[in-house]
Amino acid sequence: MASILRVDKVSKYFGGVKANQDVSLSVGTGSIVGLIGPNGSGKTTLFNSIVGTHPIDRGAIEFDGREISTLPVPAVAKLGLLRTFQQTRIFGKVNCIQNMLISSNPTKENLITIFSKVPEELTEKAENLLKFVGLHQKRKLLAGDLSFGQQKLLELAMALMNEPKMLLLDEPTAGINPTLINGIIDRLITVNKEFGITLLVIEHNMRVIMNLAQEIYCLAHGEMLASGTPEEIKNDQRVLDAYLGAG
Amino acid sequence: MDLLIFQVPILMVQASLDGALLGILFALIAYGMALQWGVMNIINIAQGEMVILGGYIAYTMYVMGIHPAYGVIVSPIIMYFIGWLLYKLVINRVVDRDLFISILATFGISILTQQLMNFIFGADVVVAQSNFGTTLLFDDMVTLPNAKIFSALIGIIFAIGLVLYMKKSKLGRAIRATSQNARAAKILGIDTERVYAATFGINAALCGVAGALISITFTLHPYVGLPYTVRSFMIVIIAGLGNLPGVALSGMGLGVFEEFSDYILGTEFRIGSVFTLLVLILVYRRFRLSRKREYLE
Amino acid sequence: MKRNNLILYGALLVFGLLAPFLFPAFKLQISFMWILVILALTWDVQGGQMGYNTFGNILFFGIGMYICASTQIGLFFPLEEWTASGGEKTFLHTPSQYFLGLSAGLVLAGIVPVVVAALIGYGILGLRGHYFAICTLGLGIAAGELAGGIEIIGAGQGMTAPPWPKGIGDTEFRSEFFYFLTFITMLATFIFLRWAYQRRFGLVLNAIRDNEDKAEAMGIHTMRYKILGWMVSAFFVGIAGGLVGNMVGYIEPTEIAFAGATYGVFMILMAILGGKGTLWGPVIGAMVFHIFKEGFWTFFLGWQYVALGVLIVVIVIFFPEGIMGWLREKFPERFGEVVDEADRKAQVVLK
Repeated sequence: MASILRVDKVSKYFGGVKANQDVSLSVGTGSIVGLIGPNGSGKTTLFNSIVGTHPIDRGAIEFDGREISTLPVPAVAKLGLLRTFQQTRIFGKVNCIQNMLISSNPTKENLITIFSKVPEELTEKAENLLKFVGLHQKRKLLAGDLSFGQQKLLELAMALMNEPKMLLLDEPTAGINPTLINGIIDRLITVNKEFGITLLVIEHNMRVIMNLAQEIYCLAHGEMLASGTPEEIKNDQRVLDAYLGAG
Repeated sequence: MDLLIFQVPILMVQASLDGALLGILFALIAYGMALQWGVMNIINIAQGEMVILGGYIAYTMYVMGIHPAYGVIVSPIIMYFIGWLLYKLVINRVVDRDLFISILATFGISILTQQLMNFIFGADVVVAQSNFGTTLLFDDMVTLPNAKIFSALIGIIFAIGLVLYMKKSKLGRAIRATSQNARAAKILGIDTERVYAATFGINAALCGVAGALISITFTLHPYVGLPYTVRSFMIVIIAGLGNLPGVALSGMGLGVFEEFSDYILGTEFRIGSVFTLLVLILVYRRFRLSRKREYLE
Repeated sequence: MKRNNLILYGALLVFGLLAPFLFPAFKLQISFMWILVILALTWDVQGGQMGYNTFGNILFFGIGMYICASTQIGLFFPLEEWTASGGEKTFLHTPSQYFLGLSAGLVLAGIVPVVVAALIGYGILGLRGHYFAICTLGLGIAAGELAGGIEIIGAGQGMTAPPWPKGIGDTEFRSEFFYFLTFITMLATFIFLRWAYQRRFGLVLNAIRDNEDKAEAMGIHTMRYKILGWMVSAFFVGIAGGLVGNMVGYIEPTEIAFAGATYGVFMILMAILGGKGTLWGPVIGAMVFHIFKEGFWTFFLGWQYVALGVLIVVIVIFFPEGIMGWLREKFPERFGEVVDEADRKAQVVLK
């Protein structure tokens, strides 16, 4: 299987703190990969490094055959690599439909596209995607008035609106009503299978990640601890130690 | 453009000494701004007006026949209460709100204070004479008014006093705790409301000291407050919020820069060069940060 | 609702067209009201729609003013001698020279600020929050101070704009002419912004206001929109500056052209008073402010700026949402978005 994302020995330091140390991973095209690890193990830092929120100190990141570790955030996103945030980020003072329309990705941003009307079919697509995440009835509400869980769903829909090749999800089920979690797993599998979007998922909920991912990486203290199938990870003593605080 | 200063190098000594002594006063004002910026996350546009008001208090004493040097004691006391009052009337309503609201509210206070000073003290440029005499250096090539040396010394004494006060006193420690984490401080029983009021008052008192010193070394005018605000803002962003030696150094650096620009470009460009420097510094920092994919925020 | 809007637009248009004849004594005041509307509308592009609170749009006002007057004069006479002669007019424009100069001057008063905005935009608009506000404040004041040192435009003494040519109507006609120029410029500003806000441009400006990092993470080159927005503001503010220079007849660096303490503050205050981030807010805010100012200014007898300072503090503390915000809260069915209660309460279901 060809890999769409290759992270090669990436290191990132904040002052003296080693947030990531020689982290490597690769995500195959069309797969769902999980990224787990205790709090503070550098998972979100790795996401930030990949999408270009901050520069990396060492290493290389290759997406879709292109080196992206020096590109700014919008340029990475334009290539089709998108991320969602652990603490949701939405456009609070406009409604959900407008949130979706903003998120659609015009391939070119020039005077003509900037000053052209938003096409009718885009609104239709936005409504369909909102339906897909169960927010259709709330489409006219201001996004800032949604609950945290609903904002998470909206953020997912916004990412889909952009039609990325790959999506980095930062704890997609955190803060969401537990009765909805099965629905979300289901949606994410649909996103992967039918929309053809490769997923890299940070998740603390083991049940979710074991059901979702075909391959799991485990970070601890900024270093890659283990990787393998869900079954292997589940039985890996080092992973268990990391989570229980031994090691 | 006047390049005399490069032809007569002794002028450089003169400009550097003048600038460094003046810069100590800038640093004092900047320290006050850093204090309230750090503690309350407010940038006080009226900072410069408070300085000028403090200066006018010393000037009033001079007019009444009291030596203006006593202003360094009277002015901070009066300014403390003005600052405290200002906090109770206006600032406490904007502390936790949108950044721009506090900038705009203090901008309104700045316009208001300018106008009131204009009514009370008139629109003329005034100086409080200290009659301290001058010191001559380098075979009489460099003249230093003793008032400048006096004001620099007083400025340093106040700065050291304040640093010690912040370290040792109960209120000082409460202020430092609040600046690190206001919510945690509140939970631990610190009356943040009182801390904020005191911070604002201490800042106003510092401005009072600096103003009184400026009244004997420099000139006063109702409308020259904003440049002092901008100078202190600049010093704070160059030095950072908690870095005292940095504040002192960049204050003196700015003073020297201004004296040199005075000699080279002419006095009419002095204010213009201060504001241009502000824009250039900010834009330079923005480009340096954006190479690290960061923003000046 | 649609019909009501049409009536509103129609009434304002009729008022605008007939005002100089209905209230001939107030022609000049109403012209200045339209100027203030332009300033508030264009400030709101940054301050309201995009969330970048600028003190620096006055920069474009002053540049437009100086460029316009300099072009009007420089096209036909040596500019240096004109400014050196001060009030003594040794040169007179013929009518055709005057109107040719004015048209060229106004066009350049629009274009030059746009170019300036494009050139400095990348540096300045990369700043955020406090830093952006203070930097733009410095920008406006620095420009005024620097203009005060440039001899060819009269330095600190300022310069005069060309007087109205002899033989083309009287002073009444002159003020009617400038009245309609300001009114048309205001209309053009309003219509352009109304059009642009309904495009992707408007959506993305709001996105930048709400969360710029997220907008970038969605692949939007926000910088392009920010610079473009500033260029739009610069264009209309520059023309407004050119017009004001001609209406006042005298240009001075810090009190008239780069007048941070008057127009520079007014534009912010008016937009906030009316309700920032809305299309009509700045318009209403500017009109209310201007009527208040013209009506009551004289009562304050020299205390105007004290009143201005108090007004700023009171408005930002007690009335930050402005008139439109208040109307929206009070009459949501007429001015705001109505959301069905059932939609608000609905539970999300994922089957």
